[in-house]
Amino acid sequence: MRSDTQKTYAEIERSARTRRRIGKILTYTFLVFWGLMVLFPFYWMVLTSFKSTGAYNAEFVPKFYTLSPTLENYAEAFTAVPLAKYFLNTVIFTLATTGIMLVVIILAAYAFAKLEFKGKNLVFTLFLALMMIPGELVVITNYVTITNWNMRNTFWGLILPSVTSVFYIYLLKENFAQVSDDLYKAARIDGCTDLGFLLKVMVPICRPTIVTVIILKVIECWNSYVWPRLITTDQNYFLVSNGIQQIRESGFGRDNIPAMMAAVVVISVPLVVLFLIFHKKIMEGVSRGGTKG
Amino acid sequence: MKSSKFKGWLYLLPAILFLGIFMVYPLIDVMIYSVEEGYNFVSQTSDGYGLFNYSYVLHDPYFLQAVKNTFLIVVITVPLSTGFALLVALALNSIQKLRNLFQTVYFLPYVTNTLAVGLVFMILFKPTAYTDGMVNLLIQFFGGEGVDFIEGPYWAKMFVMCFYTIWVVLPFKVLILTSALASVNQDYYNAAKIDGTSKGRIFRRITLPMISPMLFYLIITGFIGAFKAYSDEVALFGTDLNGAGMNTIVGYVYDMLYGTAGGYPSYASAAAIILFVIVLTITCINLMVSKKTVHY
Repeated sequence: MRSDTQKTYAEIERSARTRRRIGKILTYTFLVFWGLMVLFPFYWMVLTSFKSTGAYNAEFVPKFYTLSPTLENYAEAFTAVPLAKYFLNTVIFTLATTGIMLVVIILAAYAFAKLEFKGKNLVFTLFLALMMIPGELVVITNYVTITNWNMRNTFWGLILPSVTSVFYIYLLKENFAQVSDDLYKAARIDGCTDLGFLLKVMVPICRPTIVTVIILKVIECWNSYVWPRLITTDQNYFLVSNGIQQIRESGFGRDNIPAMMAAVVVISVPLVVLFLIFHKKIMEGVSRGGTKG
Repeated sequence: MKSSKFKGWLYLLPAILFLGIFMVYPLIDVMIYSVEEGYNFVSQTSDGYGLFNYSYVLHDPYFLQAVKNTFLIVVITVPLSTGFALLVALALNSIQKLRNLFQTVYFLPYVTNTLAVGLVFMILFKPTAYTDGMVNLLIQFFGGEGVDFIEGPYWAKMFVMCFYTIWVVLPFKVLILTSALASVNQDYYNAAKIDGTSKGRIFRRITLPMISPMLFYLIITGFIGAFKAYSDEVALFGTDLNGAGMNTIVGYVYDMLYGTAGGYPSYASAAAIILFVIVLTITCINLMVSKKTVHY
């Protein structure tokens, strides 16, 4: 303490500033370092996908750039396996699952938020209790059910088990409940039906939440791996995750790494593009309703 | 108003139907499966009821290996990823310039297909006939000895496993913690500054208590998520996780159900229920601890 009082004010100020600056430099170095750690795998996958197979195999020490980019890996990835088909399957699966789920959860959320009927609170509590059930527990029976229904290797078999989500019903119900009851009564007096009110008033008002749900569901569908793996053995119904896994284990991935990376780039691009466009929306949505890890 | 009694149920009908068939019924069914002995998948008959399936699973070396792997993953990745995420979030919170850019970049892994990016990690860590792989070259550059991280010794595989898991779960945790930190009332910090409180003390006495609910939320969901680890393992080591010695409990369930060793829904059910009991126990312990320490 004594030495501090003996210093002049300017000295104290200067040393504090230096300390702040060093702190700032360290912080930025750390942030840039982790940023590189996050981006490097993406850079590496794009880079490798543009190297020719021969060039890739000839590099004992991999180069961080390529002077002769080639598209041959992409051609190989699309011709050696029906990658375009996997891609299309995943698009169909994602759109259909998200679409059907929206209808189911919007109707349910509306019933819980605005309609009056006996047993509503009991049912809602039961719904919430279902949130605790892990998917791993029910997947076994669902696999048997779908097999018994002869729905293996069909789109219905892929889609049906994942078209409801208690969590999204809950999220949407909370939002619907915020819409004033006066609005509802007024609309009813004007002769608006429940369905009309739901579609013309509730859905537009609660659009931000619905968009959040859509985005989260699309990400989930695009990345889903376990259920499709159980339910599809026919390549014609593979989704991208299963496709890439098969490429790695029995396809060209074993000896043609650049082509495998080309496939990886192709299946990663849609979500990365989605992210670049909607990153604000996605990050908002995930911090409100996401769970992962 | 009479019709509205039924209308509510009508609106709920699709949700109840789907949840009933794919959530409630399976829940009951899985318990029955787990006590049916000698269940035959093709004829759908069994010899009787008992706890044999549980005893079989608990004595299966593959299951014990899976339990060990899963617990290691949980014990290593949950504290490390949460701590590191806190560090990143604190750093992010202390800067103004480029903050949004960093935040966006850090979040990118969340939206990518973990199976696909796992393959990139595999080629970075795996030596092949042509090259020792990026990471091994780095190790050799610093004078270390290279090792096969994908098909080599157990600790090396566990290392790359945990590293990848942390890389995958970090975006979510950083996002949650950054917004938690940003929402702490600035008045507390200003008051502390006027009082001349040291930085360490501010962190312990203001920041940590204020974000503790979010921190505990992340720890609880982190535990649950890590116990269910599976597809990240497949991405790195392929589908034959038993062969690689890197199976997890969830992986064991799926392998029992399907795959080369599959066709045993009874064993799969018993293993799934054991997993559920473990996760439930740990979550309850977590909640009890959080009741005592979290400041709301």
